Amino acid sequence: MHRAYDPRVSATLTGTEAVEVRRTAEGLELELTGEWSVRALASIEAVLETIDVASVPRVRIAAEGITELDLSGAWALSAFVRRARRAGAEVDFRGPAPDQLRLVDQTLTEPPLPDDSDWQAESFAPAQPPGDRALVAIGRYVVRSSHDLVAGLAFFGRTCVTFVASLARPWRLRPISIVRHVYDTGITAMPIVALIAFLIAVILAYLSAQQLRGLGADIYVVDLVTIGVLRELGVLLTSVIVAGRSGSSFAAELGSMKLNEEVDALIATGVDPIELLVVPRVLGLAIALPLLTVIADLIGLAGGALLCRYLLDMPLTQYVNRVNESIASTTFWVGIVKAPVFALLIAFAGCYRGMQVRGSARELGHLVTVAVVQAIFLVILADALFAVLFMRMKI
Amino acid sequence: MEPVVEVRGLVNRFGQQVVHDGLDMVVQADEVFGIVGGSGSGKSVLLRTILGLQRPVAGTVRIRGADITHLSEAQLRPIKAGYGVAFQSGALYSGLTVLENVQLPMIEHLKLPPAALEGLALLKIRLVGLPEEAAAKYPAQLSGGMVKRAAVARALALDPQLLFLDEPTSGLDPVSAAAFDDLVLYLQRHLKLTIVMITHDLDSIFRTCNRVGVIVDKRMISGALDRIVDDPNPWIQAYFHGERARERLGAERGA
Repeated sequence: MHRAYDPRVSATLTGTEAVEVRRTAEGLELELTGEWSVRALASIEAVLETIDVASVPRVRIAAEGITELDLSGAWALSAFVRRARRAGAEVDFRGPAPDQLRLVDQTLTEPPLPDDSDWQAESFAPAQPPGDRALVAIGRYVVRSSHDLVAGLAFFGRTCVTFVASLARPWRLRPISIVRHVYDTGITAMPIVALIAFLIAVILAYLSAQQLRGLGADIYVVDLVTIGVLRELGVLLTSVIVAGRSGSSFAAELGSMKLNEEVDALIATGVDPIELLVVPRVLGLAIALPLLTVIADLIGLAGGALLCRYLLDMPLTQYVNRVNESIASTTFWVGIVKAPVFALLIAFAGCYRGMQVRGSARELGHLVTVAVVQAIFLVILADALFAVLFMRMKI
Repeated sequence: MEPVVEVRGLVNRFGQQVVHDGLDMVVQADEVFGIVGGSGSGKSVLLRTILGLQRPVAGTVRIRGADITHLSEAQLRPIKAGYGVAFQSGALYSGLTVLENVQLPMIEHLKLPPAALEGLALLKIRLVGLPEEAAAKYPAQLSGGMVKRAAVARALALDPQLLFLDEPTSGLDPVSAAAFDDLVLYLQRHLKLTIVMITHDLDSIFRTCNRVGVIVDKRMISGALDRIVDDPNPWIQAYFHGERARERLGAERGA
């Protein structure tokens, strides 16, 4: 609807701090006063918003009353002028227009400087073509996941090749670095691994004692705890803890090295970052995790003994005898053989995600999370595969 | 007229190592003041002290008359909103786009509607000579020169009257560095900025600075550029009359 301008009904005066609006026969007269700075911008914006420029033939602005006009203030004024012009009003200034306004208009219409040519080299990604969003998203996800899988396998392969190559030259295996990682991932993890193993054995013994007591089969509590801890729980829980501790630390350490261009510096010096950074971590963890598993097994059995002694009143000698009877020669090894495999999975997930970081701190956080989640997932998946394998092998 | 930045009797010490010992520095309004000094002479420590990132052992640092060494964080807030800083490596927030980087100080200090935030941020981005397409990019996707410009755009977010630049042309090729000097002059002229600039770049100094302060022997010798050039101090002589400088100086004097 187009309403004709009628000065009679609107010859009122709206007074505010920043703008005084007078409606005259010719149109609007704006008297700008006070501080037009970034600090006052919120209220200036709010006031300008309320000025109705629809079907006003002419807007005259007096800017002499402004005590301070900075770029933000000028931007607000310029936006208002543009809005008024779009609405069909003729805008002019009583007296000269402020310099800052010219600067804003000039900046917005043309770049102030001749290009310094280094952004021309940048190719700007074209806008996404419109399409079925869901399908596009699924497609992208599939493509990205398959790329990710291929890249992960390539990383795994490169690390294996580097490792085998350095076997020929053992001095390149960096024993000091490996020892450091054994210490960081193994020795320092001992208290928490021991505690968790103890608690899990207690839970297992308690749970089974409750069920088996009713059947008068108390003695089988020992079988359950022993086989459960040695075959599955000792190694699995240790791996999950280590995935949380060391998988994240690998990813974070390598990721921040990537952000600092330390990895690029290594490559530029002719040092293979896989050889220097990844292989020692993988080997260190592959040594540490089986040892941690042994500790977890021992503590787990001790926890079982404690509970049997005090909950089931079973003498310690009987417990030991029963443990000896219940385990086969393979029981311990079935558990322990999984540890190096889990260690490889955890170390690869951590190192691979860490090496994928580039660009931003946010990506670092994201990839550390991904590293831990994937490490735990891979460990459990591998454990399931081992279970099937051992069943087929009848051990 | 009251100086914009006034440092008096500044002492900075790390353990046994004395970095500044009674350093004085005065920056007047509307000038481009260059801070020069050898590597390890404490240029960055000086800047960090002026910015309040580091408390000096002794001395005062006044920004527009307010002694920042004795103010609380809350009292510093309005003073910090009054100046902008572009750090050497840009220090753009890597998880935010250029546009969001420029908007961040405004969001923190002002209450503005989203449209105004975006318009103002785009204005600042255009002002420093970046194309509008750069606004949507992340810092990692920018070239070195663009990062420096984006850092200046963020420093200008709150329309400060005072701008600190830490080695703005380091790491840029001569053409980009010259373009950046032009930008500094352009901004200084049109926004009536006071600019304090740490720099090593002789070209930059001769092109942009009205006055320079040279940190030698833990103090500052400052003055108009053509006077400083003739200062008898051996380091200053070596700096301005070394192999690399002579040619430039000759061109300047001849003109």
